[in-house]
Amino acid sequence: MELLKKGKTKDEILARTGRPVGVADVSFHVEEGEILVIMGLSGSGKSTLVRCVNRLIEPTAGSVVIDGVDVTALPKDKLLEFRRTKFGMVFQNFALFPHKTVADNAAFGLEIQGKDPGKRREKALRALEQVGLAGWEDKYPGELSGGMQQRVGLARALALDPDILLMDEAFSALDPLIRRDMQDELVTLQETMRKTIVFITHDLDEAIKLGDRIVLMKDGAVVQEGTAEDILTNPATRYVERFVEDVDLSKALTAASVMKKPGVTVHLPTDGPRTALRKMDERGISSIFALNKDHKLVGVITADDAAAALERGEKKLEGAVRTDFIAIGPDTPVQELMADMALTFCPAAVVNEDGRLKGVIVRGSLLAGLAEKGRAQNG
Amino acid sequence: MDNYRIPLGDWIESLIDVLSTALAPLTKALSHVMEAGIDAMNDALMAVPPWIMILVIALISWKLAGRKIALIALFGFALILNLGMWEPTVSTLTLALISTGVAMVIGIPLGILSAMYKGVSRVVMPILDLMQTMPAFVYLIPAIPFFGLGPVSAIFSTVIFAMPPAIRLTCLGIKQVPVSLTEAADAFGATRVQKLFKVELPLAAPTIMAGVNQTIMLALSMVVIAAMIGARGLGGEVWRAIQRLQPGLGFEAGLCVVIVAVVLDRITQKLGAKRV
Repeated sequence: MELLKKGKTKDEILARTGRPVGVADVSFHVEEGEILVIMGLSGSGKSTLVRCVNRLIEPTAGSVVIDGVDVTALPKDKLLEFRRTKFGMVFQNFALFPHKTVADNAAFGLEIQGKDPGKRREKALRALEQVGLAGWEDKYPGELSGGMQQRVGLARALALDPDILLMDEAFSALDPLIRRDMQDELVTLQETMRKTIVFITHDLDEAIKLGDRIVLMKDGAVVQEGTAEDILTNPATRYVERFVEDVDLSKALTAASVMKKPGVTVHLPTDGPRTALRKMDERGISSIFALNKDHKLVGVITADDAAAALERGEKKLEGAVRTDFIAIGPDTPVQELMADMALTFCPAAVVNEDGRLKGVIVRGSLLAGLAEKGRAQNG
Repeated sequence: MDNYRIPLGDWIESLIDVLSTALAPLTKALSHVMEAGIDAMNDALMAVPPWIMILVIALISWKLAGRKIALIALFGFALILNLGMWEPTVSTLTLALISTGVAMVIGIPLGILSAMYKGVSRVVMPILDLMQTMPAFVYLIPAIPFFGLGPVSAIFSTVIFAMPPAIRLTCLGIKQVPVSLTEAADAFGATRVQKLFKVELPLAAPTIMAGVNQTIMLALSMVVIAAMIGARGLGGEVWRAIQRLQPGLGFEAGLCVVIVAVVLDRITQKLGAKRV
């Protein structure tokens, strides 16, 4: 630290002492009930920073103050107490205990607190229900998909009802569609929970979507702090500017990036009008895509047409299939879709070169995606 | 250079002399207790009719390791009974199991300590290297001044011989627990002891069981060698066969050792694999 104060660069310090500087001279504050996103590329010190907050990594200097308590000055037993009650942490690689069931994993924090087993399980089950994993409590983590495992990780943190959630690249290891689901879910949960969340990510889209405020880091130092709007419209340094541009260029919005999973479909020629109506009814949708026996997309059926076919006494769906829908490839830029989508009666279908249905784009998700990008492009 | 020989052997001998005299009350008492324990266990096992013992062993094998091992146990032990080797087999089994028990009681905590503290492992590991490379026979000799000829000495040297894998594999098992999991335990405010019992030991259990398996195997082989300092059992039969030049008897006793070893090995292996 002496060296840092004398104004040496990190490379010089590494060369002189053999110790790298992880994070230096970072100062930020988090408001109660907000999501603060700390963003930076790998190696920028963000994971080190979040571990300094609960002293998993002992900071050599500086202080962390939570509700007026200086965490860095706490003695060992008080620190443990603080970790048990104040923090819930979610990890990039889930860090679930493979020898414990899903419920026991979710109850881990409570077990550490010494709560009795009945209460533990009750709270764990409630947390699992919150993250949509009711009914999975007696499985082992190894039997779950990555997305579900991270839901368990989230439930483990939520079961404690902590004041602060530390989420270290919590969704980075998930594939894009699941990641988007989890982000949506976190936003929904946060509407009711109002936790203070420190969220670490390297993904600008994620930062914009989740963060009430964003702290942008580079080489262990903060380069900019502010709302998504601030960072996109007034990049503080050339680095931020390039970061924002890079993200824009590399992630130009394509159909694949805003589409949702196809959900239910009807299969010709086996499904009849009644089946089609029931499937639509279950999902609360007004139209459904129809696939042939090779799983290729042949058309779309609206609820009205299916009902009409049923009234005519038809057993087959073929008469109700319409082909005047929008079908696009996964790489199509969505800007091209905008005008058409405003008029169409059903979601646009994203189809790969084999004619298989890869996903659907509904108006809502398209607009949400564009709103994010629109802001990005202004900057 | 030629006419001076470092009296290393003399030093060791006088050290053992001093120690054995100084510790005599302790070793005598220990020796009595152990001997009583060995006799009690041996008598208890011998009191059960052999056929019932064989069925019980087969049943345990079946429960823990499956039908194949149960059949091997059933026919193997029946053969032992038929060869008239039942009594020495039971006494060998007693010695091996007691030695394994003692080795685990000392070894597993030592393994945990050396995983947790660098200082401990720095002392323990070189000693383990020495223990494992020293020829097994050497342990037999100093056991005698401490515990006299007989089964207690046999157990003493067997424990020393069989303990290293229990220590090493416990230490390894704990060190192999992924950092991300211990970090998660830390993040939720686990104390050192909670982390050990709730995360590290359960995850290290398969490796520790592998260590127990190794310890049992080593104990069994050493108990046979320890016949030279008065341990009874199958080793005693082999020893007698050597002295009387009876290859047939030697082979029969050897075969019995193999049967016991196979059954114990399979059971403990399955026990380790099950915990994953």
